[in-house]
Amino acid sequence: MSFENYDWSDVVPIEQDDGPDPLAQIAYDPEYSKAMGYFRALAQKNEHSERALTLTEKIIEHNPAHYTIWHYRQQILFSLNKDLYEELDFIRNQVEQNPKNYQLWHHRQVIVEKLKDCSLESSFTEEVLNDDSKNYHAWTYRQWVIRTFNLWDNELSFVEKLLEKDIRNNSAWNQRYFAIFYNPTKPSEEFLEQEVQYGITKIKLAPNNISPWNYVKGVIAKSKLKIDVLEELCKTLYQQGIISPHALGCLVDIYEDRAKCGSINEKELGIQTCILLAEQHDTIRQKYWNYRKHVLTSIA
Amino acid sequence: MGIIDRPFPLEQLFTKNDEYSTESSTQQSKTEKLVYDLFKVVKEKNSLKTIRLNRIAHIKFATDGLKGLHKHWVVLDANKPWLCYWMLHVLDLLGHDITQELISRGVSTISKLQNATGGFGGGPAQISHAAVTYAAVNTIAILGTKEAYDLIDRESLYKWFMKLKQPDGSFIMHEGGEVDIRGAYCVLASAALTNLITPELIAGTADWIRRCQAFDGGIGGEPGLEAHGGYAFCGLAAMEILGKTDLLDVPSLFRWASSLQMQLEGGFQGRPNKLVDGCYSFWVGALFPILEIIMTRQQLKKNDAKCKELDEYIAQPLFDREALQEYLLIACQYHKGGLIDKPKRSPDYYHTCYCLSGLSTSQHHVIYDFEKAASLNTEQELNAGDRSLLWSEDETKILVLGDPSNVVNATHPIHNVTIPKAKKMIEYFREKPFSF
Repeated sequence: MSFENYDWSDVVPIEQDDGPDPLAQIAYDPEYSKAMGYFRALAQKNEHSERALTLTEKIIEHNPAHYTIWHYRQQILFSLNKDLYEELDFIRNQVEQNPKNYQLWHHRQVIVEKLKDCSLESSFTEEVLNDDSKNYHAWTYRQWVIRTFNLWDNELSFVEKLLEKDIRNNSAWNQRYFAIFYNPTKPSEEFLEQEVQYGITKIKLAPNNISPWNYVKGVIAKSKLKIDVLEELCKTLYQQGIISPHALGCLVDIYEDRAKCGSINEKELGIQTCILLAEQHDTIRQKYWNYRKHVLTSIA
Repeated sequence: MGIIDRPFPLEQLFTKNDEYSTESSTQQSKTEKLVYDLFKVVKEKNSLKTIRLNRIAHIKFATDGLKGLHKHWVVLDANKPWLCYWMLHVLDLLGHDITQELISRGVSTISKLQNATGGFGGGPAQISHAAVTYAAVNTIAILGTKEAYDLIDRESLYKWFMKLKQPDGSFIMHEGGEVDIRGAYCVLASAALTNLITPELIAGTADWIRRCQAFDGGIGGEPGLEAHGGYAFCGLAAMEILGKTDLLDVPSLFRWASSLQMQLEGGFQGRPNKLVDGCYSFWVGALFPILEIIMTRQQLKKNDAKCKELDEYIAQPLFDREALQEYLLIACQYHKGGLIDKPKRSPDYYHTCYCLSGLSTSQHHVIYDFEKAASLNTEQELNAGDRSLLWSEDETKILVLGDPSNVVNATHPIHNVTIPKAKKMIEYFREKPFSF
């Protein structure tokens, strides 16, 4: 039933009080103004009813980011003991149209928290990510579901699917890290070494793709390995005539490490590589590579 | 350095897809082509020196918005303070007079949005929201009069901030709302401007923000989430307000931030392997003055005297300023007024605000007065407001691409309001005791 079909005769709509000559006043659609007038009246007496619920739906239709209305809607749903599974359907439809809306995703979280039932959430987020594999809200929500309901087991295979579709999906790489290192079950050293090999394989597919480079370095930092485990990869790429600023940057890291242990030769190699990056292969980051050169030069 | 005047062809700057296309690389190539077409024209005409920021059109865009908005802007009906802030900040950056009439209207508009229980909502009778409150406080800073400052009910504002605070140090955005790092920044930045920072308000927050730093050095919305330019700004600025930047892995944050500048477009992406967007000109661009200050501060702690190398490699803008200005001036101006995300998009007030804020950040070298900080420290523990006051512009390093009239006013890297206005507000509330 549309909000207009309810009996509103007992309600005196409250006009919006913007004050005289307000800045940036919006020329509201009359339907929206009417609905908001009723909302202000109902909110004043904290009414939780079917007509209030329908009213919130109408307002959300005009302005899906109306966080006050979403908050009010939650209170009504719980007061009236409404079917929360129906609400999940409602949210699913809304998310299709407004996948990047904060309020929608938080609303779903509030509902699922109340239901204590996560059975639909994995496939729900998967659907959204199929449409936009980098939707930040979807990933945020998915991480919340996994942490809250302990759904760690299948996440790596989900990440695999996404990486197969697009090896440059930085969100998927981040999720891989999440699935392994935020997991209550800590990874073994052996597993981490396998992950480094996995990362190296993916780097080779597209050496100018920064995501697996960042991932591999992140894994190495949490393992007993050192950055020079990537040295062979970097040098092989260079010998094959493949110029990747990420490979050259990685060499700078390796040389810097060794320079700190006293190697003068590698200190000089590091400096030269920084110059190569600053002046030829990664010129947009000239300031950064000059800084790295300075750090190397300053090593006693 | 810049992109257009480089001694080698623009074509060399197209991202290599290693003969292995995916959706990400396809989208990136499409965007590069759009920007390349615009840059090529400037290169061939050799017209970089005469590129103009269309001040008149952008001022009109903002002033028209302040007069009133079409009904399709109802989607921002829960964001009135943001609309006010975006539009007024644009005028302030462009040096357009904020008239007494605008000030009166602004004070009246914002006062209707304050809740008795503390904080500001997105419209009359809307519950208070942290980001909306930040925008309201910044708007008040831009209005800049005693009448504007005095409309803030500081006592209830503080109590409401404390209601948003979570046991783990984070802040939710509104009653029953979501947690994320924007909450920490919005609360702390507002509190710094209004002299409401207390040990109780900030307890545990630095540790929570530290946990938001990701494995690649960037900062995400919550612990575990992907590093993202907008959230990185919130995290770093909040940590600087807290005076806890040493908890972060600064070298890796610097590296991550640098990696986001696009080699062809010159602007910033928000996340690796995503597309350039004009708004990141500020969110990512402003990371660099803050990083510069942190790294300089660390260096000064190590060796007492400032040395030549410090200035040459650390105490200077640490990104490609010309390239960012090229992107903004050539690819992000809408011909009828307003600025945009990327070519072919429509202008909106958010992008106009943050593109111009990014332009400001790249034109001006904003620095921190370490000497004064050191002298103050001996008398009292420097508080957040005091620290925000120590930022000012180093006019020796101003860099304005194109027509000299393109210069905009310098914006404060932490608060993103013009520096004199940030300072005036802090100084005003410094005199107001905190006793509730």
